[in-house]
Amino acid sequence: MSSDKNMKILIVDDFSTMRRIIKNLLRDLGYNNTAEADDGNTALPMLKKGGFDFLITDWNMPGMDGLTLLKNVRAEEDLKDLPVLMVTAESKREQIIEAAQAGVNGYIVKPFTAATLKEKIDKIFERIGSAG
Amino acid sequence: MSTEASDLDRYAEKARELLNHAEAGDHEAVGEVLDELTRLRETELFREVGKLTRELHEALKSFRTDNRLSELAANDIPDAQDRLNHVIELTENAAHKTLTALEESLESLSGLGSEGQELAAEWKRFRQRELSATEFRDLSRRMDAFFQRLEAEGATVQSKLTDALMAQDYQDLTGQIIRRVMKLVKEVEDGLVSLISISAPERATERRKTADKRVADPSELEGPQVPGHESDTAVQGQDEVDDLLSSLGF
Repeated sequence: MSSDKNMKILIVDDFSTMRRIIKNLLRDLGYNNTAEADDGNTALPMLKKGGFDFLITDWNMPGMDGLTLLKNVRAEEDLKDLPVLMVTAESKREQIIEAAQAGVNGYIVKPFTAATLKEKIDKIFERIGSAG
Repeated sequence: MSTEASDLDRYAEKARELLNHAEAGDHEAVGEVLDELTRLRETELFREVGKLTRELHEALKSFRTDNRLSELAANDIPDAQDRLNHVIELTENAAHKTLTALEESLESLSGLGSEGQELAAEWKRFRQRELSATEFRDLSRRMDAFFQRLEAEGATVQSKLTDALMAQDYQDLTGQIIRRVMKLVKEVEDGLVSLISISAPERATERRKTADKRVADPSELEGPQVPGHESDTAVQGQDEVDDLLSSLGF
């Protein structure tokens, strides 16, 4: 199964420019159904309301950071299977491992390319498809 | 405290003696007690001067040996300069990348509109059957070329605009670096404040404790790596992230 182009994606980053870049890249890839939040505290209630198929989040944000958001998502019965892609400047091995243990589905370090974003999204949904 | 307390006791004792002698009308004894009181006052003064001298000495000593401040001056400030230079580099590169993309896009698009207008006018003449066979062959050749150009330039402009879009990621990265330097500035400020309050040592230690705690926290996020200041455990790019994750079964 490949990703559904109509799926609803939430983009979480404290920098509006980065949200705009990701949103534009997603649009280039055919994903037009996106929403934005500037940190975990804003994102979590939006996610809880339902309707989102995919979460792309930064790590280091004021308020609730991306890792805490990820842990909250995994702890929520309705959200625990939501695919989460982390796009962050945090590049220490122990942090990548920490994110993996918290249940992230993909990890991209900034600065990144359009090709990397496409590759990771495709990979995430391929794996979800093959897992049934 | 104990010297001050015993000083006060002695003052009280002398004051009582003074009162007794005065009430008894013993002028000589009153004079003696007053002399003793003056001597007592002088010793106290000397002790105060000694204490001040010691404090001044300590302050000067700690001014020279305050490790954190000298560390800040020797390492962190130059480090901050490198970080800020990196910010300048990132913003400069982004501006150039954007300008290049825009200039090349403009070049790609130049003449496209006017050529289109000309061809549309010719096409209208053709629809109205005003073109000769030779003119139509010419128009058809020009239209072929125009479509080819449109196809090529369209792709070029799209890729240039994506370049310009991607170049905007500097804002996020530089913002994070600048925030870190601001944190350092705050730390220097705290250091200077504690230097000023050195005559009140309890306050200074309190500040030092919080400063140490901040440096020692290993789970603290590092943000973007700065060239020449990479963390030992940081990965070098996306390939290493992928390798690490696949080693974890991803």
